[in-house]
Amino acid sequence: MTQETILHTIYRAIDEFNTLLPTSQHLAKSPHTPLFGGSQAHLDSMGLVNFIILVEQYAEDTFGRAISLADERAMAQRHNPFETTGALADYIARILDEETA
Amino acid sequence: MNQVMLITGTRKGIGRYLAEYYLAQNLTVIGCSRSAVDQNHPNYQHFELDITDEMAVKQMFATIRQTYGKLDILINNAGIATMNHLLLTPVKTVNHILNTNVTGTFLCCREAAKLMKRTQYGRIVNFATVATPLKLEGEAIYAASKAAVVSLTGILARELAEFGITVNAIGPTPVQTDLIRAVPPAKVQALLARQAIHRFGEFRDISNVIDFFIRPESDFVTGQILYLGGV
Repeated sequence: MTQETILHTIYRAIDEFNTLLPTSQHLAKSPHTPLFGGSQAHLDSMGLVNFIILVEQYAEDTFGRAISLADERAMAQRHNPFETTGALADYIARILDEETA
Repeated sequence: MNQVMLITGTRKGIGRYLAEYYLAQNLTVIGCSRSAVDQNHPNYQHFELDITDEMAVKQMFATIRQTYGKLDILINNAGIATMNHLLLTPVKTVNHILNTNVTGTFLCCREAAKLMKRTQYGRIVNFATVATPLKLEGEAIYAASKAAVVSLTGILARELAEFGITVNAIGPTPVQTDLIRAVPPAKVQALLARQAIHRFGEFRDISNVIDFFIRPESDFVTGQILYLGGV
């Protein structure tokens, strides 16, 4: 699965997520968008939950199978997989690779 | 569009009755069980799965979202029971009961809430049991598993209230189903004697309570455990 496809899936989730936010708080559709945990983070913990739910649902539609993003595997990563959209895309790619291996 | 309801454990007993009852009321009913069912109603869809299998449950909810676009009601009916003295209860039985009754209920609540949150509307009804408040001897693990469901119900009611989702539980008395077939008649009679109303529960007693919990007008009723029979 290409990084571009995964990022596009995340951007679809961002489009829906942004409809729930005031314009000033919209997430940008870029691999560098800070999400959670860094000094520039856009999301609080509940915001992350809501965003991850959407990403999981769009990922299910794109890849045709259920994936679980918020589990102990995510917490065990050396780098925070939710820090930016790019980090999240890398993490999804790893999950998909592991499950097809 | 019709209201969309998921009932777990629809192969037999209370689950089967509830599926037929709500199909007759023109709801779209999705059911699941570990094996196939002989239910061919056009508004019924069945999934064969184990509700303790996380990925299978997630896949079922993904299909519900893709097919119906929403889920209005979840009835967490699936459950198993056993009658054993503590000294004769194998750990394998303990794990099996806890997995099905607690983990299965938890998983379905979690995935249902993700769908219901999108529409800011949902009704979740869990299954407790009178065995918990009556502290029935021989049902330690079953009662403990349902005590966990009671706790889950109260906390989820608070966590999900902001999304327009109510979470309640019904605590049935013994109903004449497979679940209590193995219980000695004398034990069942002793249990009925401890109820305020000394009779078996009937399926209609259960659907009556669920009807109340799932009404749109019941949007101020959450975190409640309603025991039947005056327990």
